[in-house]
Amino acid sequence: MAAAGKIDPMHQFMINPIGSDQLAATPFQFTNSALWMLVVLAVIVVFMWGGLKRELVPGRWQASVEYLTGFLGNVATQSIGPEGRKYLPWIFTAFTFILVANWLGAMPFGIVPAAHPFTVTSQFSITGTMSIISFAIVLGVGFYKHGLHFFSLFVPKDTPLALKFFIAPVEVISFLVRPFSLGLRPFIAMFAGHILLDVFGNFVIQGINSGGPVGYGVSVLAFAFVVFVGALELLVGAIQAFVFALLTALYINDAVNLH
Amino acid sequence: MDLASAQVIGAGIAAIGVGAAGVGVGFVFGSFLQGALRNPAAAGGQTGTLYIGFAAAELLGLMAFAVAMIILYAR
Repeated sequence: MAAAGKIDPMHQFMINPIGSDQLAATPFQFTNSALWMLVVLAVIVVFMWGGLKRELVPGRWQASVEYLTGFLGNVATQSIGPEGRKYLPWIFTAFTFILVANWLGAMPFGIVPAAHPFTVTSQFSITGTMSIISFAIVLGVGFYKHGLHFFSLFVPKDTPLALKFFIAPVEVISFLVRPFSLGLRPFIAMFAGHILLDVFGNFVIQGINSGGPVGYGVSVLAFAFVVFVGALELLVGAIQAFVFALLTALYINDAVNLH
Repeated sequence: MDLASAQVIGAGIAAIGVGAAGVGVGFVFGSFLQGALRNPAAAGGQTGTLYIGFAAAELLGLMAFAVAMIILYAR
């Protein structure tokens, strides 16, 4: 870090066991990441459970749950076709997990000292694992439905023979890069947003500490910016969850209906 | 030039890519609006395509940001 200050925006991404600040040598530890994954799961379960009353005229809660399931059902059926509902469970899981994790991580629980939120999706190991699951589904479905014919995915239909030799390697590279870009996107979006929040939050405090009209001016500006970025972070969290679900549906579509 | 100042300069140069991605994202949404205002009836069905284009453009900016962070915090 530059010599300018004590701003250390990377500290918020540290994975630590609960009640300690040092990882031990064993892999079996209950870390803050694990804790917040369980919190995310609990929020999703409570939200869905509250909407499963099956009333004829839905109340607000049931209507919001039905809107969520209907929305994701549309994503699946519009991208994949009538078969899409078979793949809805994973699309729904990925969307709700990323969405709730993004939003919980942006919540200001830190006002209570011990309850500092940890953004689960700001670690590539989490989003990368989710994109690997997506591609396990793509490969499994593709090879199960089409057998070795699945490799024709790499050669678009009606390509002139001379072009095939150029297009096939490009398509292979494009296919191999997809898992990385799919997992990288939600991860970096959260990573970048939280670094921005941390840096400008530090500007607020350092401005107050330095005092004087310039210091307070900087504080006020930085605070306004933090509020703006905080709102933007909610939007970005929703968009990234939607993009992950949509791209997963599109990649599954490639495997289900070879182009 | 010592390592720390070289890191800060390099991170600043790498962050130019974020602005370039901003141009790309603006172009995606601007073009969508141009098309959508000419044929509002067809716009609703194209939001999925819109977000794919947005995601492709935004990913490059995010990658530029990640590179800047790696340069800045590499030891």
